[in-house]
Amino acid sequence: MIEKVIFYVFAAILLAAAVFVITARNPVHSALSLVLAFFTSAALWLLAEAEFLGIALVLVYVGAVMVLFLFVVMMLDINAAVLREGFARYLPLGALVGVVMVLQMLLVLGSGEVDLAGLGSEAAAGATGNNVRLIGSMLYTVYVYPFELAAIVLLLAIIAAIMLTHRRRGGTKHQNISAQVRTRKEDRLRTVNLPSERRNDS
Amino acid sequence: MLALSDYLVLSALLFSIGMAGIFLNRKNAIVLLMSIELILLAVNFNFIAFSHFLGDIHGQVFVFFILTVAAAESAIGLAILVVLFRNRDTINVGDLDSMKG
Repeated sequence: MIEKVIFYVFAAILLAAAVFVITARNPVHSALSLVLAFFTSAALWLLAEAEFLGIALVLVYVGAVMVLFLFVVMMLDINAAVLREGFARYLPLGALVGVVMVLQMLLVLGSGEVDLAGLGSEAAAGATGNNVRLIGSMLYTVYVYPFELAAIVLLLAIIAAIMLTHRRRGGTKHQNISAQVRTRKEDRLRTVNLPSERRNDS
Repeated sequence: MLALSDYLVLSALLFSIGMAGIFLNRKNAIVLLMSIELILLAVNFNFIAFSHFLGDIHGQVFVFFILTVAAAESAIGLAILVVLFRNRDTINVGDLDSMKG
């Protein structure tokens, strides 16, 4: 019973935060309300006994990705008024698409064709044991190659972000190491033939 | 007792809000990225709910990978946005028409 109350309260907060994300006038408010949405989902994931992912969502998303979002939003000088033009024009279409999609999914879920109750119950999920240990044992045995691929994806993201945002300014001095290594004696050294002169101090 | 359909309905609502966000904020690239994050969150909700109710840990491992890819995606997306703003002084999606699309 208390579980249900917690679920519905958190679900309401999550949906309200999500609506505010897409309707807020100021992108900073959108980002902050997305933080609230992620935090609430983390709580809901904890309720579903996905403890590791709940904590990971808070650490990775609230702690890193959303801070990145806030950085970018505050760094760019955004004219919110220009960006919001057309909001009212697209509101009916957006709302229509959203409502139709919800109705479709509810139709499928409520049709009775999908046997959700028979698909599993809380009792079946009871014997999962230590969530972190289970995920770890899956991740490092069955999913070890996908895990390494995920590491490569993150490495790629780092390199791509640096390559995209790195810029060379004119007027700064830096070492061109490849040019230094490639240099030859002929580029730097000039031998000149000077005729020797007699010393005339005697 | 919570049912699986509770989670699925919540996730459907969240997905539709994200989808509507893409329609509403067609000009603002940052809010578009945030809407994509909402949609991914809804997908993750489905995985977590099914993983919980079927007693199967594979769904949670999948969510882990989705989180990884989504973090990489938003990092690169924001980097593109910064470069865009530096070159064009705007993040208005409507102004990005140099490829005549």
